[in-house]
Parts: sequence; C-alpha cells; structure tokens
Amino acid sequence: MNRINKKLKENKKLLSIYFTAGYPNLNDTVSIIQDLEKNGVDMIEIGLPFSDPLADGPTIQKSSTQALKNGMTTKVLFDQLKDIRKTVEIPLIIMGYFNPMLQYGVEDFCKKCQEIGIDGLIIPDLPVDVYHDDYKATFEKYGLINVFLITPQTSDERIRFIDSVSNGFIYMVSTASVTGSQSGFGEEQTDYFKRISDMNLKNPQIIGFGISDNKTFSQATKYAKGAIIGSAFIKHLNNNGKSTINKFVHSILN
Amino acid sequence: MNYNVNEKGYYGEFGGAYIPEMLYPNVEELRQNYLKIMAEPSFKEEFDQLLKDYVGRPSPLYLAKRLSEKYNTKIYLKREDLNHTGAHKINNTIGQILMAKRLGKTRIIAETGAGQHGVATATVCALMGLECIVYMGEIDIARQAPNVARMKMLGATVVPALSGSRTLKDATNEAIRDWINNPVDTHYIIGSAIGPHPYPDMVTRFQSVISEEIKWQLKEHEGRENPDYVVACIGGGSNAAGTYYHFLHEEDVNIISVEAAGLGIDSGESAATSVLGKEGIIHGCKTLLMQTNDGQITEPYSISAGLDYPGVGPMHSHLSKTGRAQFMSITDADAMKAGLELCKLEGIIPAIETAHALAIFEHKTFKPDDIVVVSLSGRGDKDLNTYIDYFKL
Ligand SMILES: Cc1ncc(COP(=O)(O)O)c(C=O)c1O
Repeated sequence: MNRINKKLKENKKLLSIYFTAGYPNLNDTVSIIQDLEKNGVDMIEIGLPFSDPLADGPTIQKSSTQALKNGMTTKVLFDQLKDIRKTVEIPLIIMGYFNPMLQYGVEDFCKKCQEIGIDGLIIPDLPVDVYHDDYKATFEKYGLINVFLITPQTSDERIRFIDSVSNGFIYMVSTASVTGSQSGFGEEQTDYFKRISDMNLKNPQIIGFGISDNKTFSQATKYAKGAIIGSAFIKHLNNNGKSTINKFVHSILN
Repeated sequence: MNYNVNEKGYYGEFGGAYIPEMLYPNVEELRQNYLKIMAEPSFKEEFDQLLKDYVGRPSPLYLAKRLSEKYNTKIYLKREDLNHTGAHKINNTIGQILMAKRLGKTRIIAETGAGQHGVATATVCALMGLECIVYMGEIDIARQAPNVARMKMLGATVVPALSGSRTLKDATNEAIRDWINNPVDTHYIIGSAIGPHPYPDMVTRFQSVISEEIKWQLKEHEGRENPDYVVACIGGGSNAAGTYYHFLHEEDVNIISVEAAGLGIDSGESAATSVLGKEGIIHGCKTLLMQTNDGQITEPYSISAGLDYPGVGPMHSHLSKTGRAQFMSITDADAMKAGLELCKLEGIIPAIETAHALAIFEHKTFKPDDIVVVSLSGRGDKDLNTYIDYFKL
C-alpha cells in the first residue's frame, strides 16, 4: 500500500509541511526532511521550484526564486533524494508546476519518483480533466497518487468528479487565494469546511492555504483529516534558520 | 488543415487550459458563455456601434506610395494606429468589457507591457464606470511613462509587478494571482491572444474585425479581397491573429509573422520565440515558449515592451509548426531604423512593436505586383522617449 494511504488510515490528525527544495541553501533538502520527520510531522510536500508560480503568494515565490538561484533543478532534486528512503519513512509528495515535469518527460519523471520512493504529486496547473484523459495511466503505472485541489468556489458536481478520480486525499484550499495570504479563519471558511465534510467523500480531505499556527491548525483539523503548512514554515526558515525546526513543529502541535 | 481552435480548445497540439483549480469556475463560465454572448444580436449591435462611434472604425487601409516605391512592391498599411487610444488593443477591450458586463462582473483587471492594452482597458472601464486595476512590470512602468500617466488619468490603479524580470510575463502572473484572490466579482481582460482557452479564441474573434475590413477595403482598392501577403508583428499575437483571421484558410494569402530578435537571435537578449522556444506551458496554455532545459521560463528581451514576452499565442505556435506562417525576426536596430523610415517616407510615427513588421522589407524581396498588407498595429507616441534616447533627437 502507498505510504500516503497507510498514513491516512492512522487514527490521528495529520500535519503536513511544505517547503521549497533548495531553500535556504541548495543542499538543505535532505536535512530539512529528516528534521521534520524527527519532530513528528506526518507528511512532507517537497516544492520543486518554478520560475512562474502562478498559485503562490510572495513568500513561496521568493523562496522559489532563491532556490533556482542556488542551482536547484529537477535533476539536482532527484539526485539529492536518491537515498532518502534509507532514513525517512513518512510519505513524501513532490509539489510543483507542470512545465518542468513536461520538460523532464512526464513518464521519466514518474519513473524516477517511484525509484526514489516518492508517494505522490501535487501539480496545481495540471487540471483534473487533462490528468484524467492524458496522464492517469502513467501515474498509476508508477504507483503515484495525484492530489487535486478544491476551493470554496468548486461546484459539488466537480468535487464529486475530483473525488472519483482521486485515490489518496483531496487538498482543500481554505479560501480563494494564492498561498500565504490570510490569517485566521472566519465563519465563511468553517461553513465551507463543514459543507465538504458533510459530503462524505471517499477521499479524506486535508486543508491548506492560510494555516500558520496551532489555532488555525486546530480549526482546520476539526473538520478535516489534516492540514498543510507552507508559507508560515518558509517564513520560519527565513527568520530563524533550520536549527529551530523542532520549535516550529512543536508550536503547531503543542 | 484547420487553423482555428477545436472544441477542446486546441490549435493542433497547442492551447488548452492548464490552470489551477482556483481559476476553473471563472474560466469555465467564460468558456461556456463566450460564443453564446458574442452571437447575441444585442451584443453584436453594441460592439459594432462602439467600434464605429467610439473607436473610429473602420480604420483606413492606406496605400503607402513612397514606401512601396522604395521597396518596389505594393504596400498597404492597415491603420490600427488611428484607433482611439492608438493601437489595435481597444478592439479587444471593447469586446471584453461588454462580455464582462453580461457576465455580471464589476471589477476589471488587466496586465500590460507597452501600456497600450492597459490604456485600452482603463479607457473602456471609464466608459462603463467599472473599477480597473492594471498590473505592469516595474521596468515597463519606467520605459512607458506616458501610458502610465494616461491610465491614471483614466481612473485606473496601476500596480507594479516586482517579481521576476519585472516585465509583461510578470505582470501577467500578478494579474492571474489577483484573479485567484478575487474569484467572484472580477473579470480578467487579457490583452493578447494568449492564456487559457477560451481567451486566445475570444481575443482573436474580437480582433478579427481587422481582416474583415481588409477584405472589403482591398476589394475597393484593387478589385480583389485577398492580398498576396499579410504581415504583422507578434508579441502574444493579437494584432496578428486579427489580421490573419479571415485569410487563414485562403491558400493564396501568404502569412508573415514578425518577432523581436532583440540584440540578435544568438545574443541571449532576444524575444524570438518561434526560433528559441520549445513547447511548454505558460500562463495557462500549451505553446512555444522560451525556457531552460529544466523548464524554467527565461526572461526575454526586446527594446519594445509589447514584444517582450517569452511565449506566443497557441494559434501562432500552430501556424509556425505547420508552416502556414513564415516567421521572421527583426533586431532592435533594424526595427528602430524602419520606424524612423516610415516617419520620413509616409509621415507616420509607428509604435516600435509595429516597426518590427515594417523592417522586413530590408530583408525580404517582394515582386513589384505583390500586394502586401502590413498591420500598422499602433502609433509611436508612447515610444517617443525610446526614439529620443535611441536617435539622440
Ligand atoms: C502597438 C502594438 N503592437 C503590437 C503589440 C503586440 O501585441 P500583440 O502581439 O498581441 O498584437 C503591442 C503590445 O503592447 C502594441 O502595443
């Protein structure tokens, strides 16, 4: 069974952390992953940096620009990760935009992910329809779970379709926004969280965008299986460096 | 061969809608409605009326005698520079603002490079009383200052794009992010034949008035509808798409698309996408784009802000790949020279974008009885500072 599916079966709320590979320094990737696992994070999204990250706010944009300047490429990332499964057991997901994958070759990319032990992919600009028609078979051949986003504007009908195409979890974007652009959840969000929770989808949901601390983590996981933190963690790395990852994770999990 | 978009939003292998889920409801709403709305008699009537009374269409098709003499061929200029606001861009913004109103949108966003599309958008927003926010690269704000002032006078808010190369590509990223953040009340008026389906097709249809007019105007001048050549400069490809539209399937009409070579194709400072680009995804569509082997989008360069874009619209990728259009690339130096030449020979100061299209006559010989129609996409007022600096005027 895929590590993501196994993790989703655990009887606990999951904390997933996103970071941009190659940031702050090119060769931080492996040690950040190891540190996050050691401190109790359940799942990691490794950001493959892109020059034009349309769905990201300033924090992740800046980290991506820096990572690219540091020399991060798809090949470098795969190289850094080649022995990752000797030391790390939690599910690892690569999150990136579609163009770098297309240039690497989608099939080669998926094959490499399987060799390394990557469990899934999140590709914000690969729409579910295109995935379903053109790439699903390839992803499945290499045992990869593809994760789709839904937003407060996604229609019920489309959510049902996305649920039917998904085989891991659904990434629930908390608000209509790019990453990192809000603080705290209001009634509008909790209504949306409830609405989705009541749909009884076959895939569990994990909420992302706007989760930054213990409070927002608890609010989100009241309705969903887990929550994803991205920009807040990048900011922490930026302000405090890597040596205090433990403090960051513990401040979320309390 | 079909050169129009198919029902899935592709031109051959190019096009589609590679968008984050956050944009899906808006793009889908547009996709489901744009053809229906454009076909409504009341829409057509309002669109045509505004093009006539407000934009000043039809724009003249002018036989440039002295230019023709110099190059020993028959050159007609399609005078989009005489449109209100000084370029072809307004044809599209009139269409899209009417579309936005029918979709019930109250807030308009746009990206701009040269500022022509920003001005054209600010203009129609003022006309309709809608809020207008224009994203513009910080570098372009500096090199197109008069247009920035125009947008402000027209009531628009101009927001500098500070990321990446701080030009058109980055302004487009910022506009897309704004749309993600404002999914309900906002319409994004894209300024070229780029972006996710249905944008390239919608923009092309609004600009197709250019070739529709060329047909009957040429008939009046020459007794025939089809020229031997149609020529246009290509940034994202909207003036070109409009100039070609009604000739795409006319085999006797040759198409020449002119890209910006910047300092030269091999200089590393260029925007000649058809030569330097590979298939990839930019701003929601699959098309030719300039990128590294690793799939990072590279920063283009051209002296002309409106051609300084690392991709071309998917229709043009298809025209390039199938050989339907011949692509030429023109350097900064050749474009500037051709711009000045048009001033001296015809008393017309062209936009620097347009000057690229005019420069082909130094590089390609036409027959004396060839009829060549060039899209004179815009006027050069906005470029005076660049002309002044370049020629030390
Ligand atoms: C006068 C003029 N011509 C051409 C262009 C290039 O755009 P497109 O290729 O969409 O026609 C611009 C863009 O700003 C422009 O202002």
